[in-house]
Amino acid sequence: MSSDIWTFIFGRLSWDVIPYYDPILVGTFAVVLVVGLGIVALLFKHKLWGYLWHEWFTSVDHKKVGIMYMVLGLVMLVRGFADALMMRLQQAIAFNGSEGYLNAHHYDQLFSVHGVIMIFFVAMPLITGFMNYIVPLQIGARDVSFPFLNNFSFWMTAGGAVLVMLSLFVGEFAQTGWLAFPPLSGIENSPASGVDYYIWALQIAGVGTTLSGVNLIATIIKMRAPGMTMMKMPVFTWTALCTNVLVVASFPILTAVLTLLALDRYVGTNFFTNDLGGSPMMYVNLIWIWGHPEVYILILPCFGIFSEVASTFSSKRLFGYTSMVYATIVITILSYLVWLHHFFTMGSGASVNAFFGITTMIISIPTGAKVFNWLFTMYKGRIRFELPMMWLIAFMFTFTIGGMTGVLLAVPPADFVLHNSLFLVAHFHNVIIGGVLFGIFAGINYWWPKAFGYKLNEFWGKISFWCWVIGFWVAFAPLYVLGLMGVTRRLRTFDDPSLQIWFIIAGLGALIIAAGVAAMAIQFAVSILGKNKDWDTTGDPWDGRTLEWATSSPPPQYNFAFTPIIYDNDAWADMKKRNAQHPTQGFRDIHMPRNTWAGIVLAGLSVVLGFALIWYMWWLAVLSLAGIVVVSIMHTFNYDRDYFIPAEAVVALESKRHKPVPAGE
Amino acid sequence: MSNTVQAEPGEKLEFYDVVSHEHTVHGSTQIGFWLYLMSDCLIFATLFAIYGVLGANFAAGPAPADLFNLPLVAASTAALLLSSITYGFAMLDMNEGKQGGTLAWLGITGVLGALFLGFTLYEFAHLIHLGAVPQRSAFLSAFFVLVGTHALHVLFGIIWLVTLLAQIWLKGLIPANQIRVQCLSMFWHFLDVIWIGVFTVVYLMGMLR
Amino acid sequence: MSTATHNQPLPADAPAHPHPGISGDGHGHGTRRSYLIGFALSVVLTAIPFWLVMADVIADTTIATLTIMAFGVAQILVHMIYFLHMNTRSEGGWTMMAAIFTIIVIVIALSGSLWVMYHLNTNMMPGHVMDPALMM
Repeated sequence: MSSDIWTFIFGRLSWDVIPYYDPILVGTFAVVLVVGLGIVALLFKHKLWGYLWHEWFTSVDHKKVGIMYMVLGLVMLVRGFADALMMRLQQAIAFNGSEGYLNAHHYDQLFSVHGVIMIFFVAMPLITGFMNYIVPLQIGARDVSFPFLNNFSFWMTAGGAVLVMLSLFVGEFAQTGWLAFPPLSGIENSPASGVDYYIWALQIAGVGTTLSGVNLIATIIKMRAPGMTMMKMPVFTWTALCTNVLVVASFPILTAVLTLLALDRYVGTNFFTNDLGGSPMMYVNLIWIWGHPEVYILILPCFGIFSEVASTFSSKRLFGYTSMVYATIVITILSYLVWLHHFFTMGSGASVNAFFGITTMIISIPTGAKVFNWLFTMYKGRIRFELPMMWLIAFMFTFTIGGMTGVLLAVPPADFVLHNSLFLVAHFHNVIIGGVLFGIFAGINYWWPKAFGYKLNEFWGKISFWCWVIGFWVAFAPLYVLGLMGVTRRLRTFDDPSLQIWFIIAGLGALIIAAGVAAMAIQFAVSILGKNKDWDTTGDPWDGRTLEWATSSPPPQYNFAFTPIIYDNDAWADMKKRNAQHPTQGFRDIHMPRNTWAGIVLAGLSVVLGFALIWYMWWLAVLSLAGIVVVSIMHTFNYDRDYFIPAEAVVALESKRHKPVPAGE
Repeated sequence: MSNTVQAEPGEKLEFYDVVSHEHTVHGSTQIGFWLYLMSDCLIFATLFAIYGVLGANFAAGPAPADLFNLPLVAASTAALLLSSITYGFAMLDMNEGKQGGTLAWLGITGVLGALFLGFTLYEFAHLIHLGAVPQRSAFLSAFFVLVGTHALHVLFGIIWLVTLLAQIWLKGLIPANQIRVQCLSMFWHFLDVIWIGVFTVVYLMGMLR
Repeated sequence: MSTATHNQPLPADAPAHPHPGISGDGHGHGTRRSYLIGFALSVVLTAIPFWLVMADVIADTTIATLTIMAFGVAQILVHMIYFLHMNTRSEGGWTMMAAIFTIIVIVIALSGSLWVMYHLNTNMMPGHVMDPALMM
């Protein structure tokens, strides 16, 4: 009887699902506990909770939301990278009959969670953070179109991350790979909580991603400063527009597919089962219709970052602006026509494979055009080898090779040999690390002074740079070799001792990258805590070309006291060239959105809902769902959502800067 | 793409907007909501794709011709179509500033929506009674989820509509509420469009087989 | 839905549009006449396919299917024009642009899925024939 009550209250949650028998997890938990408690204690000691709540958690300021996205992404990067190190170690030692140090249950979770975290909770938050922070500044707007929605989207993304992290200590994560193909992810083969964590974490984060996509598209369409026609938009804003179009037009497919998988698991429907007419292959087909555009969602904004970096640090206009824009648009549309290249081997036959092989090769053309544009931008430019520029050069070298191995994989007969091999693993790390991550690092070094008012430390930045670039090649070049020798991905132990040396080299590469991660952490710490900061008083430390550099560093809450008027591409460079003067009088009250707690509360309730569904605590699920509905409706009854910053306050803020712009700097 | 502000070299230009009023007060809401609808469209597209691929997998269970009752479908279609014209009348009254008329027509729209939902629930109950449950075959899974997702949207629309009735009653037809009525209008007519796809592909084409 | 909702009435001169790059604003409004025309059309376009199926008018299943689908598409267009007030001008053309892009993606995803899965079934499960009426 009492066990019935227990089951009613806690569902299938019990002490058995806490992995206290696994020393690795217990150790991790102890570290997390100590560090977490330390942070909480420090926050109490310095009475920072109120500050965090009022100035950050409830903030609808796109700049603060952007920074919160970046923090989330960087924290999760550490987690995802720790998983990678563990896998490298396992594969380096599990030879000659050794089982390594990870059992299959743990190892299978590692490669699944590594992929999920790196894509959804590292790359996505980092690029969304950049788009949030930079796009409104680049188009001369005061905020995004829907500031509350922006805050809500962030917290939903963070909520998904919370669920993934929770799976480390309560229950388990999926052991299915990062896309959870059925029938392996079906209830018969994965009855435990792992796949459910996967489903609900992605569903919650997916809502946030979709809404932030809608928000940013609306912002770019409706909030551009006077004179900024589409073809005068900065390239980063263009890539952000195309990326968010892809988000809005592909994430719903993921949402639908995961809902159907959840129904198969919870209700017993037969969409992707092997019985009663279900088709697991349909899952593969549908999830890649989302999955391929997702790749371009990640890379397009990074192309945008590199375009800004190339023109700023070459001190000239971007070469081929128009072709850059059209290349981006063509990639946006073509990215919907290539999804089958992820499963050439499924057996749709020669005609289907030929079509998708050819479309895949075609999509490399606009990408190639972009690389030439960056090269020609640098040609005859006055190049400054600052950190962002170094990342650009490393990117062009690394990404181009990754792109070429991609074209190899696009040939269906070659793919039949290389499918699911380490060659594939090396390829997508080559483009995601060499493209997306390098782009993000370039962006961090480039825009840090805008966000915080001082440049990042260059010494540690360079150490981090070299460790990452060299470490990347040492870690992944062996995987190309192993892949060509036929080694498949996701293996825990190996029989052939001659392979071991390659895995040891790859492991060393991972350690070099670890040094790069550490150097980057030191770079941030030294820059933030250091006494001799490289302060940026001009707001324009790099001699920038786009409108974000027209504001102070960091920009005031309202970004622009006066909306700028745009006459040319590279609006800020144009203003400097024509010696534009910032007005010194005529300030007006500025209309701004008010902070709100609704976002974090709704996302919190969603996490509770997800947790309840994972553990079959139905009463809690009903309760939290009702809570979400009630809070949402209550929120719509709040009509008082904005306020005015009085003109005097604006004057006070503006008088701190705005000496006349130095002419033709 | 030529622009409206052309600059000549050396000309004296205004680079900061010192005269214009605050803009984009309600400017983005409609396009934003439209974009959301497009994303919702893709959810339905996925469900249609599922139905298209799995809809003939009866697993030796019942097929559309054994289950569907076209007069019932016609009745629920009529309810939904009527509700779109009554919503149109609510919009017309709102544009003329008639609060009472707006509330009345919105109320009628909600009742018709509830009627539609009743028909759907009746049909589901009937099918389940016959043993044609979603777990029976991939066809039935796809059918229940496609029609059920549409019904859930209608339910959401009705909840929104009731909330909006209260808000108009409390605050009147202020601009903020007018925007909400317009967004719900888009949502409501969007559900019509989806339903046209559903009755054509699922019911009518199902009966032909 | 957030910036949109505040209870200050719009200043009378607010719509002076600040974006020279974007012309046209808001969605079109219907008139009583346009709503009634749309309703009449949609009643007709619904009634005919229901009648075609319920009275078994067309013997050939393929022709009947295509006819019904044509009516469905026509009715969707009627709803988009008369009820959703779609035109090329609203929001500076962005509404139409978004709809066209969405339709392209839907067509790709639907026809692509059917094509891929049909070939998969014929290649991997000979003997198992899917219903041709659904394969379009």
